[in-house]
Amino acid sequence: MEFPILSLMLAVPLAGAIACLFLGAQSARMVALVATLIDLALGVVLWMNYDIGGAQWQFTERAEIFAGFSYALGIDGIALMLIMLSVFLMPICILASWEAIDKRVGEYMSAFLLMEVLMIGVFAAQDLFLFYIFFEAGLIPMYLIIGVWGGDNRIYASYKFFLYTLLGSVLMLIAMMWMVNESGTTDIPTLLNYDFSPAAQTWLWLAFFASFAVKMPMWPVHTWLPDAHVQAPTAGSVILAGVLLKLGGYGFIRFSLPMFPEASEQFAWLVYILSMVAVIYTSLVALVQNDMKKLIAYSSVAHMAIVTVGLFAFNVQGIEGAMMVMLGHGLVSGALFLCVGVIYDRLHTREIARYGGLSINMPKYALFFLLFTMASIGLPGTSNFIGEFLALAGIYKVSTLVTLVCTTGIILGAAYMLYLYRRVAFGEQKNADAAAMLDLNAREWAMLAPIAAAVLWMGVYPESFLAPMRQDIAALEARIARAAPDFDADNVIGTPRERHANFVEATHGSAHGEEGAH
Amino acid sequence: MSYATSLYLTGAEIGLSLAGLVFLLVAAWGGPRSARMLTSLTVTALIVAAIFSAQLFEQATGEVAGRAFGDLYRAGAFGSFAKILIYLAAAAVLVVTPSFFEQRGAYRGEYPVLMLFNAVGMGMMVSATDLMTLYIGLEMSSIASYVLASFLRNDDRSAEAGLKYFVLGALASGIILYGVSLVYGFTGTTNYEGVRAAFAADFATGALFGVVFVLAGLAFKVSAVPFHMWTPDVYEGAPTPVTAFFASAPKVAAMGMLVRMAMDPFAGEVDSWRQIVIFAALASIVVGALGAIGQQNLKRLLAYSSINNVGFILIGLAAATPSGISGVMTYLAIYAAMVVGSFTALLMLRDPEGNNLETFADISGLSTRRPALAWSLLALMFSLAGIPPLFGFWGKFVVFQAAVQADLVALAAIGIAASVIGAFYYIKFIKVMFFDEPVREVEATSPMSHWVVLAICVAIISPLGYLLTIPLGEWTAQAAASFVAAM
Repeated sequence: MEFPILSLMLAVPLAGAIACLFLGAQSARMVALVATLIDLALGVVLWMNYDIGGAQWQFTERAEIFAGFSYALGIDGIALMLIMLSVFLMPICILASWEAIDKRVGEYMSAFLLMEVLMIGVFAAQDLFLFYIFFEAGLIPMYLIIGVWGGDNRIYASYKFFLYTLLGSVLMLIAMMWMVNESGTTDIPTLLNYDFSPAAQTWLWLAFFASFAVKMPMWPVHTWLPDAHVQAPTAGSVILAGVLLKLGGYGFIRFSLPMFPEASEQFAWLVYILSMVAVIYTSLVALVQNDMKKLIAYSSVAHMAIVTVGLFAFNVQGIEGAMMVMLGHGLVSGALFLCVGVIYDRLHTREIARYGGLSINMPKYALFFLLFTMASIGLPGTSNFIGEFLALAGIYKVSTLVTLVCTTGIILGAAYMLYLYRRVAFGEQKNADAAAMLDLNAREWAMLAPIAAAVLWMGVYPESFLAPMRQDIAALEARIARAAPDFDADNVIGTPRERHANFVEATHGSAHGEEGAH
Repeated sequence: MSYATSLYLTGAEIGLSLAGLVFLLVAAWGGPRSARMLTSLTVTALIVAAIFSAQLFEQATGEVAGRAFGDLYRAGAFGSFAKILIYLAAAAVLVVTPSFFEQRGAYRGEYPVLMLFNAVGMGMMVSATDLMTLYIGLEMSSIASYVLASFLRNDDRSAEAGLKYFVLGALASGIILYGVSLVYGFTGTTNYEGVRAAFAADFATGALFGVVFVLAGLAFKVSAVPFHMWTPDVYEGAPTPVTAFFASAPKVAAMGMLVRMAMDPFAGEVDSWRQIVIFAALASIVVGALGAIGQQNLKRLLAYSSINNVGFILIGLAAATPSGISGVMTYLAIYAAMVVGSFTALLMLRDPEGNNLETFADISGLSTRRPALAWSLLALMFSLAGIPPLFGFWGKFVVFQAAVQADLVALAAIGIAASVIGAFYYIKFIKVMFFDEPVREVEATSPMSHWVVLAICVAIISPLGYLLTIPLGEWTAQAAASFVAAM
């Protein structure tokens, strides 16, 4: 039997979470950092040992210890990348909370480590109900993180987050039960190749969509996100934007598309419309925000809309692009929240107008902030460029209109991000307290530098990240090819005319006919 | 069937009855001093009865094997499983009872004795296969309950709760009796098998009225909407340990009785009663959830929560399949642990003067004052709300799965969507304990016995509970198999 590395990756943070509950502040911080670093190391081992081009499901584990479902774990390239994103962001989150959180530290670290267990579990689960348990359980730690350690309006935000996402996912549970009843298995790899009747797919797709659209979040069910982001502590926002939002996209890739290809095609127009509205609307909303976190939260909704159109392009470029946007956005928006956190820790306000001219007194900070701003816009050489380009190229093969509208979003993205950067980093130092802030310290360097490196790596050599996913995305594309929509502007090369267009017949026909032609 | 076998099959009830009679004499002569000792003895007797039932459960090979006294009574897998739950829940509640009454100088030896007779009645309720046995068991349990509700004689609220419970309980008993008389009139028998056979031959409209009346009366006993009105008042007014008891063991007994009624004598008329059960299920879920939202009193809140949970249990019954019944029994087992745990935690909440804390305002910011207690309550509340990975999710999971398998997808979808409303007040509970600032002093220590009961309940509803899913599934499947012959 293979070494159960996935179980170990779940067990390490779980043990840390239990230990943190009983520890004092300083030791809880250390335990949390060590546990997340061990998980990062295990993640690297996982990636190194992942056999690209090998079996579709690797590192599989299975234990029949429950009735009705199994403890089955295993990953493909898509899950591997998302697990890597989670374990990479986690130690950074712990560092970001090092000084910002000073009350009930043990419980805080415990909630975060629990969150890590559940995120890895979601991506690694190979059993439908095991997936659901991990998926849904994430509500508990996140509810506590927002509610206990959040900002002034945290209670409203925590309720909204909890009830919104719960309502979305319970219907999915009923759909899962129906699927299991119909197909007789809870095994995800088997279900991936099970053909449900198109009529049933419609309902199943809608039930899953209710859940994933809320998680994603898609317009118009995105309204929980700005509230949750703004009220959550910095590290909570990083995890929300970095990983939790990816659960929706992962759900579409893992369930909606391969399990219900016909229904996915049937509802593709819905996804396109919601995504187009989201791109334009949330970008415009982001443009007028005074609160930095809210601005980045709205930009997340716009980026996630690019992910959904990429996924529902039904082709390899689109899906690869969607995955790359998810990974890139996870890093970049996480980093942007960290950048906000850095100055929030110093001035305790997120209002953009309270800052200004930070590039004078915080040049290193301004440099990092600029890099992530550019990455968020999708500048070539950064991670988001690869993803957005591929996703839009993919959707172009299906609908030129959707591509046109979504590409506008990139321009608007440049507008709101550059406008944000100008107001925060450039201009006069009109606020004395903002002008007196110190530049990055060593801890903040340790948080931002690894993300910056990863963003550039992904932008310059995306092959490292695309290679593990290539085979799985190809398999997915093959699975959904039968339902792929047609190109709306398929330019077929016709036969050339025999004569010029303005050719006039030498011998005139009836005078009436000629008159009519004018 | 020999008389000795009949006595053996009813051994748990007979043993408990004898113990109750002896303890009654001890209480009469021993006075208040004997109360503590009697409590321990009663707990022991209940646990022994549970072990005895477990042994019967092992031996039970189908229901037929366990007929006693000319099929007045059956000791099969179903009844034994329900009895194990009832006895253990009653014992657990009894462990945390004395200190509450002693605080008020009102603890007497009669209390454990009443619990014993109540347990005997409940045992009969779930094992009865004759309408007369059923009624005797029901009344035996109910009368003891009326007295328990008003056990704090000097407290107006307790007396009021007892009176309300008595008046409305008597009404429900009357409704059941009326239904029983109709059923008897149309079938000419009170025996469950006889009733089923007669219904199969001819199901007259009058008999349908009988079925409806019986089910309505039973709905009162399980506090399903629209017969739920007594629950909040009685739960709030009764002394907290009594409320804990009402919410756990009698609920299991009443549900067991209802399930047996629906799946044995009325098994042929599923289509007739299913719509009633579906209505009661959905109405209970919605009313239980909406009613709880405005409540400030925690006992009242938990009363609405129990109405809400009964709705989910009834969804399993509405499926009317073996997996549905097994889901009901699984839910009841988990529910008993959740309820006993929640009320034990409530009993542990006192201010330094010894007054119990009963409102949201009182427990504000509990997590900083009593972290262990607050975390236990957090687990219990998320479990009641059915959020995985806590074990309460599994209870909902099995009943909804049974409904989906029985092609009641719409029922399952509406029910689970309505459960989100219920989640609102459970997370409010957590919000008050964790997010708000502390206002009141809370006593820092609690008796060891309370901690033990709470720890056991929390361990069961924690994710560790999932390790129980396989044995629990087997036992409940075995219990549900009791009715397979009947279907």
